Amino acid sequence: MSESRKDRRGWSWWYPLLLVQFVGVLWPPFFNRAEPFWVGMPLFYWYQLLWVIAGAVLTAIVYVATDD
Amino acid sequence: MQNVNWVALAIFVLFFVVITSSGFAAAKWRKGDLDLLHEWGLGGRRFGAVITWLLLGGDLYTAYTFIAVPALVFGAGAVGFFAVPLAIVAYPIFFLVFPRIWYFCRKHNYITAGDFVRGRFGNRWLALAVTITGIVATMPYLALQLVGLQVVIGALGISGTGFAADLPLIIAFAILAAFTYSSGLRAPASIAIVKDALIYITAFAAVVVILIEFGGFSEIFAAVPSPKLLLATPGPGTTGAYSAYPTLALGSALALFLYPHSLTGILSARSGRAVRQNAALLPGIHWCWACLRFSVSSLSPPGSPTFPNTPTASSSSATTSRFRRSSCTPSHPGS
Repeated sequence: MSESRKDRRGWSWWYPLLLVQFVGVLWPPFFNRAEPFWVGMPLFYWYQLLWVIAGAVLTAIVYVATDD
Repeated sequence: MQNVNWVALAIFVLFFVVITSSGFAAAKWRKGDLDLLHEWGLGGRRFGAVITWLLLGGDLYTAYTFIAVPALVFGAGAVGFFAVPLAIVAYPIFFLVFPRIWYFCRKHNYITAGDFVRGRFGNRWLALAVTITGIVATMPYLALQLVGLQVVIGALGISGTGFAADLPLIIAFAILAAFTYSSGLRAPASIAIVKDALIYITAFAAVVVILIEFGGFSEIFAAVPSPKLLLATPGPGTTGAYSAYPTLALGSALALFLYPHSLTGILSARSGRAVRQNAALLPGIHWCWACLRFSVSSLSPPGSPTFPNTPTASSSSATTSRFRRSSCTPSHPGS
């Protein structure tokens, strides 16, 4: 199968970039606050919503960088 | 039948008919011999990236996402928002792990998690444990979908007592079971297009309407009672919500793709590459859903606007039920 080479990937140094999302979002003391507000939203909420986009962008970067 | 919302009911029935015909017709889509298990169960493993995206989105963003989580946020406050970090960390896991599982399952022709575990680890008991866990874990998920559907039916104004109260749900479920039985995975895949469109539209509409009702995000958040607005700071000697929140998110993310329906959605893809592409595309749906959830979450008992004629279990359902129509239509058992 010509697919087989593409589907069997080894390690790539791009992968640790994905860890950034984990750190950003899994440490509540970082973001458990209301100030500063943005568009009327407390930080707790807009911070996590922004990470949805940021995380998708990071994953997309890693995808493109590791795609054959 | 008093209090029936005829417009909503008509729309509900229309979409239900569309979905049912689509489900039965799906047997002919990308035609294959449905007596073969991988044709029935995995759609012949021929779904490209876009169909996989729609199918997985439909599988993962369900009554849990649409009703249960907003209700949790409404009742418990900020801690219910864990579902957002859940999805944020689920995608990198998805991205790294699932193309490999896809490749391995394709190579050895595995169809289920049980097959995969037995092949990869050589242990039949582990495979049995994984299979039983998958079935048992899916049951509350499935029950939740049915409860969600029951709430929607109630919100349409259809009520009754005893058996008559259960009848619409039984009919809906019987129809779902019939077309899934006959068409296999092609049925939910074909329906997923309609379902995902409805979810996007509903989420967008809910955010817009709630914003208009309140007048802006500041007003929305001002209506939330202050203990619920943020995570409660843990007391001395305990990590409290600060550990509950991330572990809920990470644990659920790790578990998410072990549900049988997630794995089926992945294994039905045409290539490992389609699976990888999905890891980057799915967050799009997630974004809409996150917006919906935090809008709904801000409704709180004192001073919240009331909507007329909606006999439902919680106020958060009241706002979303007017728009929710058939987004809770069970399109795939367990999703």
